[in-house]
Amino acid sequence: MLIKELSVIPGVSGDETRVRNYIREKVTALGLPSHTDSLGNLYVSKEGRRRGAPPELMLTAHMDEVGLMVSSIEKSGHLRFYKVGGVYEEALISKPVKIGTADILGVIGAKAIHLQKKEERKKALTIENLYIDIGAKDKEDAEKVVKVGDYVSFYSEASRYEDIIRGKAFDNRAGCAALLEILKRDYPCSFTVVFTVQEEVGIRGARVAAYRVNPRLALVIETTIAADTPEIKEHELSTSLGGGPAFTVKDDSVIVHPHLLDRLVQVAGEQKRPYQFRRFGGSFTDAGAIATAGGGVAAAVISTPCRYIHSPLSMLNLKDWHHLVEIVDGFIRSIDEKGLEI
Amino acid sequence: MHEFLEEISQKDGVSGYEKKVGEVIAEKFSPYIDETRADPLGNLIFYKKGQGKHSPRLMICAHMDEIGLIVTKVEEQGFLRFTSLGGFDARTLPGQEVTIYGRNILPGLIGFKLPHLLTEQEKNRGVKMEDLYLDTGLPAEVVQRLIPVGSVAAIKRNFMTLRHNSRAGKALDDRAGVVSLWQCAKELAKFKHEADLYLVATVQEEVGTRGAVVSTYGISPDVGIAVDVCHGDFPGALEQEVSSMAQGPVVTAGPNIHPAVGERLLQVAKDYHLPHQRDVSPGPTGTDARAIQISLEGIPTGLLSIPLRYMHTSVELVDLEDVKDTGLLLAYFTAGVDRTFVEGLACL
Repeated sequence: MLIKELSVIPGVSGDETRVRNYIREKVTALGLPSHTDSLGNLYVSKEGRRRGAPPELMLTAHMDEVGLMVSSIEKSGHLRFYKVGGVYEEALISKPVKIGTADILGVIGAKAIHLQKKEERKKALTIENLYIDIGAKDKEDAEKVVKVGDYVSFYSEASRYEDIIRGKAFDNRAGCAALLEILKRDYPCSFTVVFTVQEEVGIRGARVAAYRVNPRLALVIETTIAADTPEIKEHELSTSLGGGPAFTVKDDSVIVHPHLLDRLVQVAGEQKRPYQFRRFGGSFTDAGAIATAGGGVAAAVISTPCRYIHSPLSMLNLKDWHHLVEIVDGFIRSIDEKGLEI
Repeated sequence: MHEFLEEISQKDGVSGYEKKVGEVIAEKFSPYIDETRADPLGNLIFYKKGQGKHSPRLMICAHMDEIGLIVTKVEEQGFLRFTSLGGFDARTLPGQEVTIYGRNILPGLIGFKLPHLLTEQEKNRGVKMEDLYLDTGLPAEVVQRLIPVGSVAAIKRNFMTLRHNSRAGKALDDRAGVVSLWQCAKELAKFKHEADLYLVATVQEEVGTRGAVVSTYGISPDVGIAVDVCHGDFPGALEQEVSSMAQGPVVTAGPNIHPAVGERLLQVAKDYHLPHQRDVSPGPTGTDARAIQISLEGIPTGLLSIPLRYMHTSVELVDLEDVKDTGLLLAYFTAGVDRTFVEGLACL
């Protein structure tokens, strides 16, 4: 399955090479032309059956994931690290990781409970207390296989049970997988798909991509927080797993263009698909960078709900993802058939 | 040895539910022993006959159970509240993958509140068991049907090969000990030994060394050795609380240990040029040895430990050489246990 395959590839912000190569291979196999820029965004031109018309629509999904970076190597051979993006620190403890391009395996250990004083147990373990252990004898031994500056990604396998899949980096490999699915299909109109970099460290790739493509309309395919878990008030849960794809009205980076939002809702309604509105107004998406790029772009966001994002093991419902793909598909056709006044 | 440790690390066997892992262990021991039996608690006893006419009985134990979880409540939306079987640090659990043994075997993970929804106080105090729940992602009615209260769940973690001989995974406490017993049985094929040897994979150590109590009464050994894990070194550790990785098995001294048994273990390690270390436990140890010593009329007891980092997490780390050397030391020790040694133990 595409999402599972994409999710296990290490691709922390700034280190998207392997994700990009995987996607490029798939795109090339579809016979589609692609190119990159100096940041590493991957541009794919999808030519419609009706040739010649300049594409006005851009679809994006970011390839990068949150992770870690080796910041120093201790005498004992243990590695200290920085966070890359908004990693949930408490979910790092007792997890395996992959380090550098050689995928050196390591574990993030914690002081055994037996050795902790009562007071210690009542304090959160923050990143300063944590380190990666690769089983090295000492610093010199560790330096044979890792170096300061190596990217570190979570090491989680992806698994499926009925419609539920669990794994790392569904934010936003689920979005990448959706766009790869769209690229397989046939459309009358042309459009541009961009797989962006560095979303998790400040929506940096998308800004450059929007400037370069200069679209009139943009749809960002994302994966968003589902906090539909115990003890969460309804207005805090943002989205629910299995409730259908989520439309953003606003987040901290963008106010979605109302015409685009209306059209998405209309398409979902016509297709009789479940959908929901993202009820958390915070955090950033590529749409923020795209909307304010160049002379301004009308941008919208559609997301697959996902529990426990930004941690080593997240969870999503494949039904939501399938609905998302079909709504995106319908949206592209709708723009082509009816146009969209901004 | 790597393969055996990998296989049993990945098998589930939380305290009281050791059957699945026990089956694999029994199969692996069988070529090297004379007889296998299980007692009513589930201890697996592997008997290897000695050469002598009035052979002394030597029992060597390593526990095969692991810490786990048990479902206490099924929430309306299908989330499962749980408590622990054995000692977890709740802060190591968020985002942990688990296998839930309900009416079906179901995959799940340990869910948590997202950081942006935590209060400042919640952030500082760290995660507590009450904050967490098991999440299968399945509809509530499916969960309610398939996972009754009382279902146990085991930590899921793939076994990992790290640098050199370092290996990491779940339940290496004390499956590494079980592997060292197997190594001992294998090595003993090369030796004549006078003692009747009982290698025991014990149950329910993590909830109070209960398996070892029963196995000791059942076997009535002249000498009992527990093999468990001890804390390996890590940054910021107090030196006295930890042992070095890859420096060999750790021989414990203290009131839980019969001095002559401890001395003999050290002497054998020296005689055979095996790397070894020393540690001290000022009272009953947190191992099967604490139960063995005060069973029946009192059993001369020893303790060998394999250094292990990050105990009771899903990424416990051991060095395979330490596991092997522990097995060899057990074998050489066994070869030297005779009537004279055993009779001397009562004369203090």
